[in-house]
Amino acid sequence: MFVTHEWWEFAFRWLHIMSGVMWIGLLWYFNFVQTPSMPKIPDEQKPAISKVIAPTALFWFRWGAMATIVTGLILAAMSGYLGSAIKLGIGDHVGKNTAIGLGMWLGTIMWFNVWFIIWPNQKKALGIVNATPDEKKKAARLAGLTSRVNTMLSVPMLYCMASASHYFAITG
Amino acid sequence: MKNPLDSLGQTVLLGFILAVVAHLLIRAIA
Repeated sequence: MFVTHEWWEFAFRWLHIMSGVMWIGLLWYFNFVQTPSMPKIPDEQKPAISKVIAPTALFWFRWGAMATIVTGLILAAMSGYLGSAIKLGIGDHVGKNTAIGLGMWLGTIMWFNVWFIIWPNQKKALGIVNATPDEKKKAARLAGLTSRVNTMLSVPMLYCMASASHYFAITG
Repeated sequence: MKNPLDSLGQTVLLGFILAVVAHLLIRAIA
């Protein structure tokens, strides 16, 4: 029977990777495609983005982030390195745990940014909650900059995540 | 001074620099 502890651990890794692709894929869509394209779109066509595409993309973006952190924590616990990773492997001298731990902390900061900075401010910017024009402008700027911070952090985060198993686990 | 995060290219470049920093940090700790 293939439904062993190892299989469940792998199943959570599979779900973690799919959720992560959903999350970071949409993060990169916002930063590489949508935001740079907005100035090129005529004003009368902008609501197609702000009223239709962006709210749907933000739904899958924030829930992708939630699914990624939940499956990631379950995966780390099942694999037995959650405690070591949280303390960055300090004192354990296991490069893999330090790498995955640093990746986890970067991912956690990014998850916090999504749920507690980007989403509340996008709600104001997109008119999902009431805000004055000045508040909307400030909220859009803060959400945009935080999204850029997450794009920046996604590069070392993925380096840490992938190198833990595929580099530091091999080289020690 | 202009915020480097206003430039997508500089944002990605900073990300690559942070990846190098992360590598060195992992080696230093482990």
